[in-house]
Amino acid sequence: MPRLIRNGAIVEDHGPEVLDLEQWLESTERSSRAVVLEPGESLASLLAHIDEIPMVLVNFPTFMDGRGFSYARELRERGYKGEIRAVGHFLRDQLTYLSRCGFNAFEFDDESELEEALPSLADFSEAYQASVDRPQPLFRRRAK
Amino acid sequence: MYVYDEYDQKIVDERVAQYRDQTARFLDGKLTDEQFLPLRLQNGLYVQRLAPMLRIAVPYGLMSSRQLRKIAQLSRDYDKGYVHVSTRQNIQFNWPELAEVPDLLAELASVQMHSIQTSGNCIRNTTTDQYAGVAVDELEDPRPWCEIIRQWSTLHPEFAFLPRKFKIAVCGTAEDRAAIYAHDIGLELVHNAAGEKGFKVLVGGGLGRTPVIGSQICPFLEPQHLLTYLEAILRVYNQHGRRDNKYKARIKILVKAMGVDAFREAVEKEWAVLRDGPSTLTEDEISRARSFFTAPVYQSLDAETVAAALAEQCSSDPVFGNWVKRNTVAHRVPGYRIVNVSLKATGYAPGDITDEQLELVADLADQYSFGELRTTHEQNIVLADVEQGQLYGLWQALQKAGLATANIGYLTDIICCPGGDYCSLANAKSIPVAEAIQARFEDMDYVYDLGPLELNISGCMNACGHHHIGHIGVLGVDKKGQEFYQVSLGGSQGKDASIGKILGPSFKQEDMPDILENLLTTFLSLRQEDEAFIDTYRRVGIDPFKERVYA
Repeated sequence: MPRLIRNGAIVEDHGPEVLDLEQWLESTERSSRAVVLEPGESLASLLAHIDEIPMVLVNFPTFMDGRGFSYARELRERGYKGEIRAVGHFLRDQLTYLSRCGFNAFEFDDESELEEALPSLADFSEAYQASVDRPQPLFRRRAK
Repeated sequence: MYVYDEYDQKIVDERVAQYRDQTARFLDGKLTDEQFLPLRLQNGLYVQRLAPMLRIAVPYGLMSSRQLRKIAQLSRDYDKGYVHVSTRQNIQFNWPELAEVPDLLAELASVQMHSIQTSGNCIRNTTTDQYAGVAVDELEDPRPWCEIIRQWSTLHPEFAFLPRKFKIAVCGTAEDRAAIYAHDIGLELVHNAAGEKGFKVLVGGGLGRTPVIGSQICPFLEPQHLLTYLEAILRVYNQHGRRDNKYKARIKILVKAMGVDAFREAVEKEWAVLRDGPSTLTEDEISRARSFFTAPVYQSLDAETVAAALAEQCSSDPVFGNWVKRNTVAHRVPGYRIVNVSLKATGYAPGDITDEQLELVADLADQYSFGELRTTHEQNIVLADVEQGQLYGLWQALQKAGLATANIGYLTDIICCPGGDYCSLANAKSIPVAEAIQARFEDMDYVYDLGPLELNISGCMNACGHHHIGHIGVLGVDKKGQEFYQVSLGGSQGKDASIGKILGPSFKQEDMPDILENLLTTFLSLRQEDEAFIDTYRRVGIDPFKERVYA
């Protein structure tokens, strides 16, 4: 059973079967299948079925590819409430950015990194921008 | 200037702590070279030819004397006692120890400075007019907007891993001194037909391997929408910019590939979702940003009396008079001048300044200019608010320290990257070329006679020396392991921005002063009356120069 970080804690995974975007769109059992997004895929087709998605995995083939950050944010901006899980080659140093964009689960390539990675979720306690985890930007929150 | 509150300070302090941990993990072997590379780059640390280079952010070029003194101290404690002012208005250290950088950053944080996003594939330091707030031709002070953009772009969670670096510049004047047409996004403060203020938005300009002049994407953006609109542009770029080839990864390539109309359409589509959301600026926030850039307490001076006294001093000391003429600029407040401190003395690397000079400039800023100064993208320093009656004292102090070379805007005020002497990306050295040219043209009467002339030198295609937009541009190239220099003519950085045209086959380093002399002699023979070089070039084209140089 793979282990991952979900909602700030290390848990064992009991996730649904995962399909790629094309398979998922064609599937008759969409609401019980997770979908994995690869960089460069268009979100538009997925957004048309936003209420049917139980879980989205966003793959990072390399941690330098920042397209996944926008995927998560766009899904959240359009009302998606389910799990968004980062998979692939992201770094613990990206955890605050990822969670601020709407990721709430992190499946590392190397599970032994989980314990050390967990505190990185709290690398930053404050931020300027509006984000998924804190929708008001700092300029609307600053003490007057 | 902007002053941190507890929130700003906390963000910077937490980044120092995070970077300290990243450095420790790298030194422990827990982060690979490949993993650490973008993390350190996003914190301004390059590993260069001889040592690491650390680039410190100077937001839109504005600094306090206290910050400058800190830089001087750090340059002694962690470096070799000098620093370099970059064409992004930042300050670079050339020799810090990688393991000591976290300590250096902690000290910087104590004076509200950092090195966040001064490098890497993220949004870089926003730049602006070095005369912001005091320029006579200013519609509105761009600095509050730069600060708003600085905060929005700092550690932005969605845009930290873009296809490539991303640069924004803002200008609020008739004359563009911020090169907004050569930026990924250029913003110009404008009035619409109803007299309301807003932004003209340009996108897809840039230098580097493929120089492009920016295209207008929005003629008038209402100010409250600035951040949501920027976010929409960045999102389109983040999703669609090329990631397969770093030479084709800048937004300019995407805009060209899509066409500006299709690009605009994609931005508008994203913007429709973001528009009027929480990132829409409030009146409170705009006023808060403006409140940091109010005018200092100027003396009420009689312009005519002050001007007469200055004219008197200028005629009794012509060397001073010449410096006033060349290095100072009209100020919007009667009785004041803007002073340029030239970092382009012959024999010194353009833009370099020593610890003692830094401390002197800090003292002079306190004494003569309300304790503030600006770095410029032409790699000089500006004291923006000097009473005309105090110019003489200021000049004497600058002159003693070698900081009063009267060459601002002239041939020897060369923009020049660190080049092959320092930079591991460079194909060729650039500083010795600049120095040889400065040495050849020591006759200042000749230099003044040439009129305004921008000579920009880059050691490689990355164009840190902005060679494409110099009236004369010089680019270092590598030919079978040997350093050569390609010359281009007719570049310009103003609102009539243009990209220079390549003259022809490249030249050897030792021939460069002769080539320059040849070009300038040609110019003088073709010039009509007091025409500037760029105007003559635009009138006659490149051919006469080509014929003469390759004869």
